[in-house]
Amino acid sequence: MTIARDTWIVFSRAMRLSLRQPVWVVFGLLQPILYLALFGPLLETIADTRAFGEDVDAWQIFVPGLLVQLGLFGASFVGFGLISEWRAGVIERMRVTPASRASLLLGRVMRDVVVLLVQGVILVLTALLFGLRAPWWALVAGVATVALLGACFASLSYATALTVKDEDSFAPLLNGVALPLLLLSGILLPMSLAPRWLELLSDLNPLKHVVDGVRAMFRGDLTDPVALWGVAITIALVLMGLAIGTRVFKRQSA
Amino acid sequence: MSTPILDARGLRKTYKVRGRGKEAPRTVEAVKGVDITVDPGEIVGFLGPNGAGKTTTLRMLTTLLDPSGGTATVNGYDLAKDPVGVRRSIGYVAQMGTTDSSAVAGEELVDQARLYGIDRGVAAERGKALLSGLDLDGIWERKCGTLSGGQRRRLDIAMGLIHEPRMVFLDEPSTGLDPQSRANLWEHIRRVRDDFDTTVFITTHYMDEADALSDRLLVIDHGEIVGAGTSEELKRQVGGDQVLLTASNTDTAPALADAASRILDGAPAEVDGDVVRLTVPHGASTLPQLLRGLGDDHDVVGVEVRRPTLDDVFLTMTGRSLRDEVEV
Repeated sequence: MTIARDTWIVFSRAMRLSLRQPVWVVFGLLQPILYLALFGPLLETIADTRAFGEDVDAWQIFVPGLLVQLGLFGASFVGFGLISEWRAGVIERMRVTPASRASLLLGRVMRDVVVLLVQGVILVLTALLFGLRAPWWALVAGVATVALLGACFASLSYATALTVKDEDSFAPLLNGVALPLLLLSGILLPMSLAPRWLELLSDLNPLKHVVDGVRAMFRGDLTDPVALWGVAITIALVLMGLAIGTRVFKRQSA
Repeated sequence: MSTPILDARGLRKTYKVRGRGKEAPRTVEAVKGVDITVDPGEIVGFLGPNGAGKTTTLRMLTTLLDPSGGTATVNGYDLAKDPVGVRRSIGYVAQMGTTDSSAVAGEELVDQARLYGIDRGVAAERGKALLSGLDLDGIWERKCGTLSGGQRRRLDIAMGLIHEPRMVFLDEPSTGLDPQSRANLWEHIRRVRDDFDTTVFITTHYMDEADALSDRLLVIDHGEIVGAGTSEELKRQVGGDQVLLTASNTDTAPALADAASRILDGAPAEVDGDVVRLTVPHGASTLPQLLRGLGDDHDVVGVEVRRPTLDDVFLTMTGRSLRDEVEV
């Protein structure tokens, strides 16, 4: 399989370059811990208001939200790196090799997924230290969700970056999409606090259902339709993201 | 007559441009059906001002852009039917470079080779030999961002040659380099052809580069090939050399012009102050005859033979000086 081999070459090159940025590596690992340490305590107080439901543990609500946020924000910014690679001629150079063009995308997405997996595991392990209690399979599912969302948003980020090819256009576009997605997902505060129109709006946000799904699993309800719905939407998002990304990378003007 | 390594027929590229405001959308013809033939082992210079269609043509020939019309074969592979075959057999060095600043030179070379299916060990061996041939010994472990402009450009060329392509395309290779590095780069490009028998197709908007480097030139302007041939042939098309005679004063110049023109069988002569400008097919071989003919009857205080430059060629062919277009 040449596409698998090409993907591996692109992945290992990208991974090597990422690991060579020590500041970036340390901050990447520290980020989830910062969230837990500096934001978690606030949530504990809010959870006491019972806004999230009866008899729930604050960490069971907060950690799934953080995981989804990690998948969204950890992956959305990768396009910046691609723009600088494009400017250095790296993308063009690789496009004139016989390597499959999809592999140029997939190798980079794979690197991002690996980074997110490590961050996700650290997040979950640290959360356990802070007092999170959830079934082990839910923790695995939570980390898997980060990886899958990461694949989706990294792919979309690369596709957008390769289309606009300019940081000044990419940054506002990124904020314009990622911020509403975050605010309407109920990651930070429960959407049940929202007025009716806002709640309806958030129902249209796929991430809201993903967060709800992971929260259901963290409570131990694998058979809860909310959990299954979340899994289905996550898979649909990944397929869509990769399809769009591959299309853009195959397009000749890209 | 060998089979051409590159054979393009009627290669065309049109773009649709969105209209601004009330302007209607229109179609722009960036490349208007060019024919290009390159023989194996040639260094062909593709010369034209910015926006003439050089890069668009190059991007079509290197499979980065689908032509709107026309056909081309590169190394025997059909551009439309077997783009992967074309990619496998060519090297391409884009104007913007090939390497990431934070990547290590040797690793970039090895990874590039691996994308062509070349084994890691072979790639490292070949990469080191290439670097050594390009006077880049000792940069294997260096980060690309720490190299000088000239070194980085030579590394780009090594990247384009790592899979030993039979033909390499270089897009404006010397842009941004200082004169010394440019001359050095030309030396290396020539050696690539001489040592590996690699066919080189090089785009440039520098006259001196095209003149110094190419066996043959193609001149493109407004998406059309307006001239082709060796540098000498093109210069001859301009109408030959100029012989400049300086008279001792402006009063005797017209008589000198008449006499010189008579000696040279009516060669066109212009008077400009005390200078007489004669246009002749071959300046150097004309000079002895001219001076003998003039004898001591005319006081000539200065003689100069001026060969046309490629800039003159470009001016004649397009009505524009190439220099006007550069460094916009």
